[in-house]
Amino acid sequence: MTTRENSTAIDTSLAISTRKLNLWYGTFQALFDIDLNIKQGLITSMIGPSGCGKSTFLRTVNRINERMDYVRISGEVDVMGENIFGSDVEMLQVRKQVGMVFQRPNPLPISIRKNILFGHTIHTGGKTGKAEQDEIVESALKQVLLWDKVKDKLDHKATTLSLEEQQKLCIARLLPVKPSVLLMDEPCSALDPKGTEAVEELLWELRGKYTILIVTHNMAQARRASEECIFMLMGKVIEHTETGEMFLTPKHKETTDYIEGRYG
Amino acid sequence: MFEASPINLKNLTRQKIFRFLLGSMTATLILPVALILGTLIVKGAPVISFDFLFTSPTNGMTAGGIFPALLGTILLVLVALLASVPLGVAAAIYLSEYAPDNWFTRAINLAIINLAGVPSIVHALFGLGAFVLFFRFGTSILAASLTLAVMTLPVVIVATRESLQAVPMAFREACWNMGATRWQTIRRIVLPNAVTGILTGVILEVSRTSGETAPIMFTGAVFFLPFLPQGVFDQTMALSLHLFVVSTQVPEMPEAVPYGVALVLIGMVLLMNSASIALRMYLRGKKKW
Repeated sequence: MTTRENSTAIDTSLAISTRKLNLWYGTFQALFDIDLNIKQGLITSMIGPSGCGKSTFLRTVNRINERMDYVRISGEVDVMGENIFGSDVEMLQVRKQVGMVFQRPNPLPISIRKNILFGHTIHTGGKTGKAEQDEIVESALKQVLLWDKVKDKLDHKATTLSLEEQQKLCIARLLPVKPSVLLMDEPCSALDPKGTEAVEELLWELRGKYTILIVTHNMAQARRASEECIFMLMGKVIEHTETGEMFLTPKHKETTDYIEGRYG
Repeated sequence: MFEASPINLKNLTRQKIFRFLLGSMTATLILPVALILGTLIVKGAPVISFDFLFTSPTNGMTAGGIFPALLGTILLVLVALLASVPLGVAAAIYLSEYAPDNWFTRAINLAIINLAGVPSIVHALFGLGAFVLFFRFGTSILAASLTLAVMTLPVVIVATRESLQAVPMAFREACWNMGATRWQTIRRIVLPNAVTGILTGVILEVSRTSGETAPIMFTGAVFFLPFLPQGVFDQTMALSLHLFVVSTQVPEMPEAVPYGVALVLIGMVLLMNSASIALRMYLRGKKKW
């Protein structure tokens, strides 16, 4: 696992890299020649108007798009240096490596503890001793700053938690299978400002340990909570730079127009 | 300034009339149910006793009890369930969770709808041809139950599929995104949350199956048997057919007996339906999302 201390060393290695990625829903083309290099250990945000292909891109990186048989993909996507569409690639391993968090928290209708252990169980066959399980649950919940709040009610249904806690739990349950990339599709849009702040705080906490790619409609959030920023429009990447630079000195007119709120 | 205007009054009178009309029409719905149940209880209750339920008919069926018919109905329903529930639930899981939307799936769906629309007498003839004659099961509990199973298969499939589809898509996506296979998702999340609906469907099937007459008449149920069935290849008596027999085929039948038989049959069905409703309410209360 990489840490912030040696981040200079890993900055050069890429978590996600795509070459000429095109995607069609039936006859509608949603992504055009996407060439992106997303660095390991950073928080990268994706902004752009609705329908610009942000979520589609996210859903391509963990190969969840393919379950719809009218989706067609060309080009290459590498995760941690390996092509995820390679012939000897098992899709289930890609999804294990690339976790996903959704707009609406979607904890499973089972206990908090079982939610955390779910991914671990399905990938190991569930033959883990109780002590080790306890350790996994505690470590995952501590990483998302939820342990103190829920440690006395691990057997409660996860759906009884507040939305903010549910979203943190959804992040926590990805961690036991040791993913390298976390994809987040507007993870705060169902939360109130306080919940949003708490989740953003958590992102900084996880930064360095995981590569985080977060789609957001909230430009203030992109500015606050990410180090690099990608601006997309009509299925194309317009600009990809360091976040501060994007908001201070955007290079393209479309970017300027969007971040100044002239369309959205 | 807030007094009712003449037009207000006219509209309000009209509204009262229609409210009364619609309400009283709705009330007439209760009438047939109340009459059927009332008549059965008044005329049939006096013959219901421990002996009536648990002894065999005697004296050309004009005396004694209905035990062989009661037992026969329970056996027929049980064997029918054993055949239709695994098949129906498996088919529903495939259709809801795996089947791609193509001509084959659409053909299967169409077949299920058509199967549900086939009249029971046609099922009876099919059962006679297929199970009694072709598979050489003879007129037997097995043949009759399989006929009932085919007939109620669509009920099980539709109920199961609906309860599977009531499980939110977000749960499946959560599982798939963690690298769970379809089967792991079904086994661990979808099925446990759909089991209420499936059970409800099964119980409704039981209540429907237990009252059917035509499908079992040619395939395994008989007017009278002097002994109890010893296995699934024996013939059996059944409540529904017994009701038909004591109502129309036996001279000098005491009037209370057919009512008693009908009361037992309808009591069984009502008991099943109430159990289904109670179960559904209990399990729904436990579910939170």
